[in-house]
Amino acid sequence: MINKIVQSMADAMAGIKDGSTVLIGGFGAVGQPDQLIEGLIEQGAKNLTCVANNAGNGRVGLARLMELGRVRKIICSFPRSAGSVVFEELYRQGKIELEIVPQGTMAERMRAAGAGVPAFFTATSVGTILANGKEQREFNGRAYVMEHALKADVALVEAWEGDRWGNLTYRSSGRNFNPVMAMAADMTIAQVSHIRALGEIVPENVHTPGIFVKRVLHIDRGPEWA
Amino acid sequence: MQGFDRKQMAARVAEDIPEGWFVNLGIGIPTMIANYVPLEREVILHSENGILGMGPAPAPDKVDPWLVNAGKQAVTLRPGGSYFHHADSFAMIRGGHIDLCVLGAFEVAANGDIANWATSENDSAPAVGGAMDLGAGAKRLWVVMEHTTKDGGHKIVERCTYPLTTPGAVSRVYTNLGVLDVVQGKGFVVRDLAPGVSFEQIQAASGAKLHTN
Repeated sequence: MINKIVQSMADAMAGIKDGSTVLIGGFGAVGQPDQLIEGLIEQGAKNLTCVANNAGNGRVGLARLMELGRVRKIICSFPRSAGSVVFEELYRQGKIELEIVPQGTMAERMRAAGAGVPAFFTATSVGTILANGKEQREFNGRAYVMEHALKADVALVEAWEGDRWGNLTYRSSGRNFNPVMAMAADMTIAQVSHIRALGEIVPENVHTPGIFVKRVLHIDRGPEWA
Repeated sequence: MQGFDRKQMAARVAEDIPEGWFVNLGIGIPTMIANYVPLEREVILHSENGILGMGPAPAPDKVDPWLVNAGKQAVTLRPGGSYFHHADSFAMIRGGHIDLCVLGAFEVAANGDIANWATSENDSAPAVGGAMDLGAGAKRLWVVMEHTTKDGGHKIVERCTYPLTTPGAVSRVYTNLGVLDVVQGKGFVVRDLAPGVSFEQIQAASGAKLHTN
């Protein structure tokens, strides 16, 4: 019997190696797998490359992981926000490497990785400093820049429902980066608010089919997110 | 010189958005534009984090923590609205499906260049977000911004001095002093003046030549 549902955070995090590239879902706090990030802090893997839209807030979650010196490099579109104090300190001190990526390019690079597309061309960033050093080609009279797929060892995603085959649904704008990250990693670990019996999620409503998911952990996020 | 305040600038942009357009609004004054599109004129708002048919902010007791806009503020969904993931959301943007994007800017140049994401090549921590995708992908890019910086510096310029977001993308600029079209091969053309503002005043506040037609 296939059963991707794990019973403990330790089981969810087992085997994540030093030096891994880790995708972290969410747009700000929404759809961000906070408990899995705490689990990764506890698990101890270091020298990580983290991919997330934002560079953490306050001194918890991703910010805490960075503050502990566990993140070598961050790939994101919008690192600077009101509460991104830890990132800004580390960046100023030269203690973290930053790769800034336009948000749509970031999503597409992961979608491409999941779909077996090694690289693609986009008009985004042409004529800007973010296109420096990248191959450009013209199609139908317009310039495009080549971007490479962004594949990862691990994805940490937050979903609304999950079942033992790893099928997932997301709640409203909590979907954001989670489905493309789930596609792009060898080991996708989902924290879900609700465990459903097999067949209970209407097949037409599955957002991420279980083929993209390795482990599912039930996390009760409390009444605010219910 | 009287001019528009921020709300009037947002309302002025809203006047020009026709029914049926799919529209993405940036953070700041652009977000306020939604408040001035009457509900019976159906304009479908897109939010980069995976929403079409975005509605106004909820009442304080109706906030859904799962539902936020690109500025991470609580919003609502109108009947007919939908949710999707980030790659689909940016396929809408990059694939040319969004009729209009309205952004703020540091500078807009006479050739339509926009700079709105970094103030130097060695920025302390640059943050681009979806601006370059919107600039390159939306069918139209309009800018709404104050005409000058707080200390009177030019934001309407011949050539941008800050790192570009997208070259040649802006077709119209709304400011506290008026409305400018960006015409390829010509530059800025004054389309409308804010109440109490003369052509001489808006020209004096600009770092590029303005045309009258």
